[in-house]
Amino acid sequence: MSRLSDDNVKLSREIIARYPRPKSALVPLLHLAQEQDGYVTREAMVHIGELIGVTSAEVYGTASFYEMFRFEPVGKYLINICGTMSCALMGAHELMHRAEEKLGVKAGGTTSDGLITLAHAECQAACTEAPCLQVNYRYRYRVTPEQVEQLIDDLRAGRLAEEIPSHGTLARVRQSVSAERFVGAVSPDVEAAQPSWLAGKAAL
Amino acid sequence: MTTFPHAPGFVAGERPQIVTERFQYEDSYTLERYRATGGYEGLRKALQQPSSAVHEEVKSATILGRGGAGFPAGTKWGLTPQGVWPRYLVVNGDESEPGTYKDRLLMERDPHQLIEGCLIACYAAGLSQCFLYIRGEMALAQERVAAALNEAYAAGLVGRNVMGSSFSVDVVLHWGAGAYVVGEETALIESLEGNRGMPRLKPPYFPAAIGLYGKPTIVNNVETLSNLPWLMRNGSAAYTAIGTKTSPGTRMVAVSGHVKRPGVYEIVNGTTTFRDLLYGEEFCKGIRNGNALKAFVPGGGSAPWFTADQLDLPFEASQVGPAGSMLGSGAVMVMDETTDIPAAALTLTNFYAHESCGKCTPCREGGTWLQRILTRVVNGDGTTEDLAQLVEVGSMICPGNFPHASSERLGLAAVPFPYKMTTICFVGPSAYAPVHSALTLFPEEFAARVKHRRTIPVTAVGAPA
Ligand SMILES: Cc1cc2nc3c(=O)[nH]c(=O)nc-3n(C[C@H](O)[C@H](O)[C@H](O)COP(=O)(O)O)c2cc1C
Ligand code: SF4
Ligand code: FES
Repeated sequence: MSRLSDDNVKLSREIIARYPRPKSALVPLLHLAQEQDGYVTREAMVHIGELIGVTSAEVYGTASFYEMFRFEPVGKYLINICGTMSCALMGAHELMHRAEEKLGVKAGGTTSDGLITLAHAECQAACTEAPCLQVNYRYRYRVTPEQVEQLIDDLRAGRLAEEIPSHGTLARVRQSVSAERFVGAVSPDVEAAQPSWLAGKAAL
Repeated sequence: MTTFPHAPGFVAGERPQIVTERFQYEDSYTLERYRATGGYEGLRKALQQPSSAVHEEVKSATILGRGGAGFPAGTKWGLTPQGVWPRYLVVNGDESEPGTYKDRLLMERDPHQLIEGCLIACYAAGLSQCFLYIRGEMALAQERVAAALNEAYAAGLVGRNVMGSSFSVDVVLHWGAGAYVVGEETALIESLEGNRGMPRLKPPYFPAAIGLYGKPTIVNNVETLSNLPWLMRNGSAAYTAIGTKTSPGTRMVAVSGHVKRPGVYEIVNGTTTFRDLLYGEEFCKGIRNGNALKAFVPGGGSAPWFTADQLDLPFEASQVGPAGSMLGSGAVMVMDETTDIPAAALTLTNFYAHESCGKCTPCREGGTWLQRILTRVVNGDGTTEDLAQLVEVGSMICPGNFPHASSERLGLAAVPFPYKMTTICFVGPSAYAPVHSALTLFPEEFAARVKHRRTIPVTAVGAPA
């Protein structure tokens, strides 16, 4: 249970092949695991370790450094309210209060129906559009307290299901390269010659 | 599939545009639009020349790095050791410095421009493989860049034999997973190797010598590379005709906080002043409600603060440094007269304390310590000793004089940027920068807080204008 599915193993192998060393694929594979289960399970970490040839302790060592990985179930929707300076100057604290009241949980908590997790977040690179928030990393800009309430109603009513995939899914478009077009990962362990195009001759 | 509207924020104007030319189009991120607007012509021009000529062109344009440190790109590419291959390109799309909002726009709205820039860099500097590292929390940027890469690969523009030439290079899309410090270039490399994203000890000072997998590696910011297609199409003479000799071209600047029209502006480098930007009709149109300006952060959360005394400084590193701060990542955060200064400083100290990777003691312990003391002060429980303690802790992270701006009101002379530090990277000092600026420029707000033991809300506003 909760190891990577066959499809995800196939995808993992494709991703691993793009890197000079398999361990570089660790974070992308953790995202795959989180997309599959909504959070990163122990079994998935063991499986990822097998795929890239490191111990599961090493996998967890890396995974635990990064804010986005969750090791316990979270809500289907994760609301991250930015509280860094630009958003704070524009009323982010009020947004958080309103969200906490409306959801009946404090920041960090999940509603009892498991639908929504509320969290504090740091600057989301949307500072001119403050205050802002993300739902499963999809933005909402210049949000008013009323809009936070509306957002929660919409999430509860399932009105945003198409726009916002459940927690864990980030990009819905993946890089995919055909074998003919792919040059291939360049290993650091094999001394390479100077690239041909540097020989001083024009390439085109 | 649902289509998403462009992220808002960008404000166009009657100014030279180098990297935002295509933002006016709804479909700016497609290959079709890109090609219809001169896309990949810069690459074609580059491939028709020897790579050394392309490198020279970039050097003579003096494209200052837009990621924070402002190091010229062409010079950096020349720092790789002779005769060692492979070499890698790592693109820094981790944009997380508080206040910064530009790389995400460039990735979402014009991903092909970035890809073309990566290819030109790989060609000119002889780099064998490119990794494009995008911040984990930017789902749409990841989708747009992935789609653009897929289109470009299929069209023969990336990968094996680019445009039918002898030049072959892969661009691999990589996502982060949420950690501010990973934006520091050696931490970015650690992260890309599958490790915890902690900065490496220096020296070596540049990953150009020892980088990804121990091989020579160029790390460049998204905006830096996005300048290259325009440069190759128009030449370095056209590029240096904009801006000043030491800061040519344009740069993207995000202005947030208490201005009438916050937004992301592409400004002329070196000549545009903070006054133009904050008060100009083509820019932010002044402080909201006609309020007075209290302070502003000129270059991202790590930068020491300025006040109205520094408004006439231009976006020119050689002037902003001696005046006591830095231009950093092009992020200006504006505080008007209603701002509670200690509380505002705390939002940044919270950020840096939270984002410390824990590798060095002064940052790990000092950052948290600053955060706790400042929280106490902001909550009205602080004492005069606490204020002295803030400075003492700060001086353990940054011994000696910390940079600050001059203040006519306080009779203060500027202390020039940069500072000394006891930490491996700038996260430690960054936790202290807002504390120091706030304490130095607004001592009376802290004194009042300690004396009256009272709190006021962070800002007098609720909803945005
Ligand atoms: C703590 C810290 C965070 C940083 N974050 C970023 C970032 O998010 N994006 C970026 O391009 N550069 C960031 N930098 C700067 C990079 O280390 C590096 O200088 C830059 O990516 C080089 O590219 P450039 O020369 O094109 O500017 C950061 C530096 C530090 C010390
Ligand atoms: S200064 Fe802070 S973030 Fe930087 S390496 Fe040291 S502990 Fe890590
Ligand atoms: S401070 Fe909230 S997005 Fe930057």
